[in-house]
Amino acid sequence: MIQIEHLYKNFGPTQVLKDINLRIEQGDVVAILGPSGTGKSTLLRCLNYLVTPTSGIITVGDVRVDAQKYRKQDVLALRKHLAMVFQNYNLFRNMTALENVAEALITVHRRPKSEAMETALKLLQKVGMEERKDFYPSKLSGGQQQRVAIARALAVNPDVILFDEPTSALDPELVGEVLRVMQELAREGSTMLVVTHEIGFARSVASRVLFMDGGEIAADGRPDEILDHPKQERIRQFLNIMEHQPISDQ
Amino acid sequence: MFDQLDLVYMVEVFPTLLDATKVTLFLSVLALVLAFALALVLAFIRYFKIAILSPLVQLYVSFFRGTPLITQLFLVYFGIFTLNQFLTKLSPTYAVVVTLALNSGAYMSETIRASFASVDQGQIEAAESLCMSKLQYMRRIVFPQAMRVALPSLFNSLIDLIKGTSIAFTIGVTEMMACGIYEGSRQFNFFEIYLDVAIIYWILSIILSFLQRKLEKALNVYQ
Repeated sequence: MIQIEHLYKNFGPTQVLKDINLRIEQGDVVAILGPSGTGKSTLLRCLNYLVTPTSGIITVGDVRVDAQKYRKQDVLALRKHLAMVFQNYNLFRNMTALENVAEALITVHRRPKSEAMETALKLLQKVGMEERKDFYPSKLSGGQQQRVAIARALAVNPDVILFDEPTSALDPELVGEVLRVMQELAREGSTMLVVTHEIGFARSVASRVLFMDGGEIAADGRPDEILDHPKQERIRQFLNIMEHQPISDQ
Repeated sequence: MFDQLDLVYMVEVFPTLLDATKVTLFLSVLALVLAFALALVLAFIRYFKIAILSPLVQLYVSFFRGTPLITQLFLVYFGIFTLNQFLTKLSPTYAVVVTLALNSGAYMSETIRASFASVDQGQIEAAESLCMSKLQYMRRIVFPQAMRVALPSLFNSLIDLIKGTSIAFTIGVTEMMACGIYEGSRQFNFFEIYLDVAIIYWILSIILSFLQRKLEKALNVYQ
């Protein structure tokens, strides 16, 4: 599904990603863990070129994009396969929940408005937000906004959904409702890449865990391998800190 | 002082002035439409920092904000409008409209650029991740939100623009101010006349303020 080859990203003199090589299969639910500032979000954002990699090749489905020579259309083709859920939800503030979900269907995919609205409503039902369909983002809680954002991501029927710390901005009591929606998606077989600090989610929902450290993938394996029997001291330290924070436990 | 004021004359002359107000409004509306269109294009260029054009826009804005309106009008009418035969034949009304549009466009472009920038980058990232093009997200997401932010300043510019039409008399366009000058010079009732003129400008700006409040309310629905 996704193939990453020799991916590098520098911000000025700082090397944020160092030679990332990764293959993600259809149906994988990958939790990407690691300390702050180790390139987790950058990796995710390089996949849909919200951040342009310094070098490396990204392949999603039949689209292959080389950072050293690519055209605008290549990036669009890449993005057609992917959808993203952001830490700060990033809903369009001038649109209602329903309009947010239908927007890409109408403007990008050129669906008739009534059909787009119908699809959007179904997706809002799926994330339990149909009763708030006519609410503007400013009138929704963080958890509700994030569920709408997930519905918006689903609307374009992506092959892979990228979650960039989807629960990090939420009040602790709202984390659960978002994680439940994500769990449901995982159960249905969606391919998901989730940058998260929720160890509990990684353990119970993910099929695979990546541990990133210093711009590299320090460990890659099944959740029980990485989380219960970590080989590296660095991972043990990290898990120790994370699991003693009350919000990390579901 | 005010007992010298000829109130009857003030009322009598009012319709004549109102007639000339039509010209003022015509100049204002035409200049506004052009200024807004120009400002949008300029703001777009500045917002996306389009190479070569962006510094030129900056220079343009700096010039039109940094020189008096009347100087600009004379530059346009006595300068540019004398460059060739076609331009010379144009009525001074065009010079007024062009000058006001260029001047107001410069101010409005800065307002609009800043209001574009006030829409957070996150929403744009979300739009990009959904494959929306620049034009699509500008039109559907950034512009509607930016207008809410820009509205008060845009209305300020519009009121300035309307008041700015009063310099048209200097090149012989008979708008309200010019009409006042002619009327007043007949019987030297300048005080009454200019008081009337001031009242009409004032009423226009009050109507605009009212409109502004209505529009702000309408654009506030998602706040």
